[in-house]
Amino acid sequence: MLPIVLVVAFFQLVVLQQPLPAFGNLLVGFLCVWLGLAFFIRGLEQALFPLGESIAFAFARKANIYWLLFFAFALGFGTTIAEPALIAITKVAAEVAAGGGIIENHKEALDSYALGLRLTVAFSVGLAIVIGVLRIIKGWPIQYLIIGGYICVVVMTLFAPPEIIGIAYDSGGVTTSTVTVPLVTALGIGLAESIKGRNPMVDGFGLIAFASLTPMIFVMAYGLVI
Amino acid sequence: MGLLQLLQETVLSTMTDVLPIVIIIFGFQLVILRQRIPNLKSVLIGFIYVLVGLTLFLVGLQEALFPLGKLMAQQLTDPDFIRGTTTTLVDGLRWYDYKWVYLFAAAIGFATTIAEPALIAVAIKAHNLSGGTISVWGLRVAVAIGVAIGITLGTFRIVTGTPLYNYIITGYLVVVIQTLYAPRSVIALAYDSGGVTTSTVTVPMVAALGLGLATTVPGRSALLDGFGLIAFASLLPMITVMSYAQVGAWWLRRYAKRRPVAPS
Repeated sequence: MLPIVLVVAFFQLVVLQQPLPAFGNLLVGFLCVWLGLAFFIRGLEQALFPLGESIAFAFARKANIYWLLFFAFALGFGTTIAEPALIAITKVAAEVAAGGGIIENHKEALDSYALGLRLTVAFSVGLAIVIGVLRIIKGWPIQYLIIGGYICVVVMTLFAPPEIIGIAYDSGGVTTSTVTVPLVTALGIGLAESIKGRNPMVDGFGLIAFASLTPMIFVMAYGLVI
Repeated sequence: MGLLQLLQETVLSTMTDVLPIVIIIFGFQLVILRQRIPNLKSVLIGFIYVLVGLTLFLVGLQEALFPLGKLMAQQLTDPDFIRGTTTTLVDGLRWYDYKWVYLFAAAIGFATTIAEPALIAVAIKAHNLSGGTISVWGLRVAVAIGVAIGITLGTFRIVTGTPLYNYIITGYLVVVIQTLYAPRSVIALAYDSGGVTTSTVTVPMVAALGLGLATTVPGRSALLDGFGLIAFASLLPMITVMSYAQVGAWWLRRYAKRRPVAPS
């Protein structure tokens, strides 16, 4: 937190040469952020981490892989569809598409385009968690899958409409929220710990990586199809 | 906007973040796994902590830093301001006239990433699992440096108007080559760190910067060129985290070599 304050203060006072407005607000805000982080980390250790791991253990013990994959999909889809950052970016994407003449420029067409895009991204994140979980179970090395995904992205970039490329690339980054990340990380690590022969450090991470890769591919595909 | 109203809205938006997760998890626990959640009370209290923590965190940012940060992004990208800092006499601005913008981009990228809660979570996990060889601060700083370089490159791209995919594809190539040489245990973590960097803190600040630049640089469209900063911010951390691990491994080797052999 301190670094942000330093950066803002330096640019405001030295570069722009303007006074710092409302010092009181700054102080209250600083206090809120500091308290908030302390609470969040406490909740992390008490709820999100143990819950993710206990679910992973439970699934590994009861050993029905289909339910586990279904759970993975639901988790990815459910947490993404309501994500505020995603809702914002799909709205802008619809405007870009209308500006480029891909869809008609009236409210109905814009809304349906944005909703379609949102569903596409949510579906792709669900699929990503499924692939990621499958990888942990089977022990596939992550790099081949991710590099394969990159090749997909590069090839699709050649064919996708240029308007959608920037949005597609950005949509990979906005899908994973602050609550989802710890939970999904704990789930992956829990799975890797409970399956014999997996190393949590090598196999447990990687779910988030898939969740940031597949949306790029699917958004470009959406741009190609529509 | 009043503080109370802001608080109310933030609680609501945090709830929509948390609620789907709670429903899915509890649904699966009760219907499919048919088991009670261990330490239910403690978990529920934990969720309340998460809710309260995130709400306070966001309200604090809204109250203190976002408005100021966004205003600064606009002021720094304002052509009048940039003209005042340069001695270039020709009409058009050159890419190097935007030096303060690059510095701001790097500084704000670094600072917001250090404060990112999702990154702290992953760093804690990585630290515990690696048995202490990956330090929480080491990972956070490595990722933050990555985001700083990423956002700077991203602003440079908006100023020069070069196509986004050239940079991203080059970045992919670097990632692929590094993957061949990086210690195997860090690869998945490095890939993950691309996605965790851009959450609550970084996205709003960076979006304001991109939008400000794309609106004021002549020949750029806010809709088309304002995008791409997040993509840079998710790509570069993979490279810096793998570098961090490589440097760490190299350091260990060197240290092991130098250590005097104990006399037998």
